[in-house]
Amino acid sequence: MTWNSLNDFLAMGGYALYVWGSYGMTAVLAVVEIMALRARRRRAMDELRRARGAPDGSMR
Amino acid sequence: MLNSIHPPGGDPANAGARSSWFKYASPQTFYPLAGSLAPWFAWAAAILMLGGLYVGFFVAPTDQQQGESYRIIFIHVPAAWMSMFLYVVMAFWAGIGLAFNTRLSGMMASAIAPTGALFTFLALWTGSLWGKPTWGTWWVWDARLTSELILLFLYFGFMALQAAIDDPRRADRAGAVLALVGVVNIPIIYFSVQWWNTLHQGASVSLTRAPTMAATMLTGMLLMALAFWMYSLAATLLRVRSVILERERRADWIGQYVERPA
Repeated sequence: MTWNSLNDFLAMGGYALYVWGSYGMTAVLAVVEIMALRARRRRAMDELRRARGAPDGSMR
Repeated sequence: MLNSIHPPGGDPANAGARSSWFKYASPQTFYPLAGSLAPWFAWAAAILMLGGLYVGFFVAPTDQQQGESYRIIFIHVPAAWMSMFLYVVMAFWAGIGLAFNTRLSGMMASAIAPTGALFTFLALWTGSLWGKPTWGTWWVWDARLTSELILLFLYFGFMALQAAIDDPRRADRAGAVLALVGVVNIPIIYFSVQWWNTLHQGASVSLTRAPTMAATMLTGMLLMALAFWMYSLAATLLRVRSVILERERRADWIGQYVERPA
């Protein structure tokens, strides 16, 4: 084990800004993409419902 | 078959001529398939990522020269690999769509682009954050960095071009031409560190010689690469489902998938 304490881990041997800046951006973009995927699906479903003229989606 | 109006195997419009392989080339059969595959890839991504982070932060030792800053490579290298790999896959599907006029291929290409752009940006971002403490600069116009930046612009150009054209089939064809021309950039990125005298170091991992890094570092990197790969598959499959919903709005078969408002 490289780390003696949580602070030691967070400090990353003095490279905290660079290491956490990298992992942080990765995490943020993954969350943003997942949210964008959900939003796009919701929009597509709404549009589909509107185009098919049934408010609850039960058509045919 | 004389007594049967509809040949066996369903859809009378294109029955007979299609082999079972082509079955999955139709949005109608691919939509539910993608929906059932995506969660498996998402779980695989989550598990591999946890493993990769554990190895990367708690098993791999401190680097003698770079200290802890080297831990950025556990995302930098896999992100850079994915940025190039996804571009090739995107161009492949775009090219198939252009050659055979298969609708799903074009949808796959446009579903891959945003995730490819994401990994390209991450490769540049993490490279910059690694370069500052290691090289003393956030950015340098060397061949590797510049060609990777061009890759990001190719992804953006592909998406902007598709968004600018209303007719999806025309958007697919225009995007395909751009994507295929841009493929020339991939070998340039890959071999740039050999062809030119770059500040960027040569390949850390090679198929032809023993790795120059500790085995645990390599393990962490490969786990993260697999995680990013699974993530890309999940994200692409989920996105292509939305693309199918958007483009096949008027198709009869889609009625069964219309969900009630949440």
